[in-house]
Amino acid sequence: MTTTTISLSGNPKRHRRERVVKRIFWASAAVSVLISAAIVMSLIGRATTFFVEVDKSSLVDIGWFPRRGLYDLLTPLAGTVVVSLLAMFVAVPLGLGAAIYLSEFARPRVRRFLKPILEVLAGIPSVVIGFFALTWLSPNLVQRVFDSAGIFSMLAASIGVGILITPLIASVSEDALRAVPTSLREAAFGLGAKRSETVRKVVFPAAISGIVASMILGLSRAIGETMVMFMVGGAVGGGIRELNPLRPGTTMTAAIASVATGSDQVVGEGLTFESVFALGFLLFVFTLVLNTVSDRFVRRARERY
Amino acid sequence: MTNAGDLRPPSTLPLDRQATVQSSPKVSTADTLATVNAPASSISPSNTDEVVLDITDLNVYYGDFHAVADVSLPIRRNQITALIGPSGCGKSTVLRCCNRMNDLIEIARVEGSVKYHGVDLYDQDVDPVEVRRRVGMVFQKPNPFPKSIYENVAFGPKIGGFSGNLDDLVQESLTKAALWDEVKNKLSESAFALSGGQQQRLCIARAIATSPDVLLMDEPCSALDPVATFRIEELMRDLKEEYSIVIVTHNMQQAARVSDRTAFFTVDTDRSQRTGVLVEFDDTGTIFTKPTEQRTEDYITGRFG
Repeated sequence: MTTTTISLSGNPKRHRRERVVKRIFWASAAVSVLISAAIVMSLIGRATTFFVEVDKSSLVDIGWFPRRGLYDLLTPLAGTVVVSLLAMFVAVPLGLGAAIYLSEFARPRVRRFLKPILEVLAGIPSVVIGFFALTWLSPNLVQRVFDSAGIFSMLAASIGVGILITPLIASVSEDALRAVPTSLREAAFGLGAKRSETVRKVVFPAAISGIVASMILGLSRAIGETMVMFMVGGAVGGGIRELNPLRPGTTMTAAIASVATGSDQVVGEGLTFESVFALGFLLFVFTLVLNTVSDRFVRRARERY
Repeated sequence: MTNAGDLRPPSTLPLDRQATVQSSPKVSTADTLATVNAPASSISPSNTDEVVLDITDLNVYYGDFHAVADVSLPIRRNQITALIGPSGCGKSTVLRCCNRMNDLIEIARVEGSVKYHGVDLYDQDVDPVEVRRRVGMVFQKPNPFPKSIYENVAFGPKIGGFSGNLDDLVQESLTKAALWDEVKNKLSESAFALSGGQQQRLCIARAIATSPDVLLMDEPCSALDPVATFRIEELMRDLKEEYSIVIVTHNMQQAARVSDRTAFFTVDTDRSQRTGVLVEFDDTGTIFTKPTEQRTEDYITGRFG
């Protein structure tokens, strides 16, 4: 009787190739981690310098004039809050309405036609939206309705940002709605529910986590949006703290952009440069929190049904 | 081509005609549908010859595909009618014509008539929502809503504008579905906390909460283990005292165990398409012991399908 040893150790060349492939993918993943870390580090250093060296009384003042040593952080913060909330007022009804129509009411043929249009809208660069807001929305809509509004206003910018994030909200919540199993819709129809009742009482509640996630994604996009506010917001180089959306204002992102691009070609004094890092850091924390919360919701959405 | 209508025992033919005529003085509006629907108790339960749903010359098309051809089938009060046959023979399609669930499939087209107490469900002015409140449905996979046990049962009555005591109705429905004792202490818990068999009984409770008089069951036990299947079958025997039940099943033993009458469908290979046809419809005992058609016998004895 002969005994042959069976080798189950496999081809060593294939093993090596497998290891190389694994390392390549590991490296790509590592780079994104490194870049994130580098961003945080670059922000933290200067931001710390700013917070340590700044005259604390100038942190709360009449407005944000970084080149004159007035660093009222509440000014860009207020602008960001006003603009992103108003943008949500525009984008949530439009985006959700479109999502519900596409997922629950549209016939397949209509859907095949509308969905790509929505995606094209999502791909429009924000500078184009900014231009549209400045040359069309502001004179034809905002100024017509509100006499007191100037050509530059936070409201015009808000509507622009709202249009910008509508496709995002629509597409993410449509995914959430479509992910609701057909069996649930059938159950509701089988009990004599009308289509609108089925949407309101079954499909929408079942998709609520995903829908909330879409809103938070939209909100963090609105907070991070720079160009529209930069073009239409008005008070980019600096401005008085303002909550009235009909007045010009600045957001955190637009304020950073204006110092970074040096639109007035002045180096500024003292901590002007550092102040931008402080803003950037605040913004980073802001969006990080929102994204984490949104991530939670998305995960919960997966577990629902 | 076999005409299914001719396969009915001659003795039953005049009777169901008579019953149809009795309950249908040529009316067809949705309003009349409401008045025709008498509570089960007002009609003697012993009168099992009354035809509740009269399917006549039913043809269903999905686009160009002829799914079901020339089906005629009377469904009698307080009986369990089983639809059996190989996959793709159209039994679920026929079932879904009985509460207009096929309306949800855009390409589906129905010809012929399905008379419910004499009113054709496919008349122009019949509201499918109204139909589904009277003809309840239980699906293949348990599909409770992602809501509490209580809310699941209360869903149908709530959208139907039920004005009585909802708590009592929920208890009554759960009791009829033989689930009350198991869930009475956890009505506010999620329906997903229940086992598959319990979920299916919950779906039955949910369906009977709208007080339909016909229950359509589309392979209600195919996702359940034998013990849960046994309980559902027991439940069906109880339920037929009050409801008329149509069940689609792949399980011939199940049809033999629970049903009073059995309709055997098959795929007609003589046609150019795989069209479902009704081969034979008779008392369950007759179908399983001395079927008239060779094709039925072949299927029953396991020679194909």
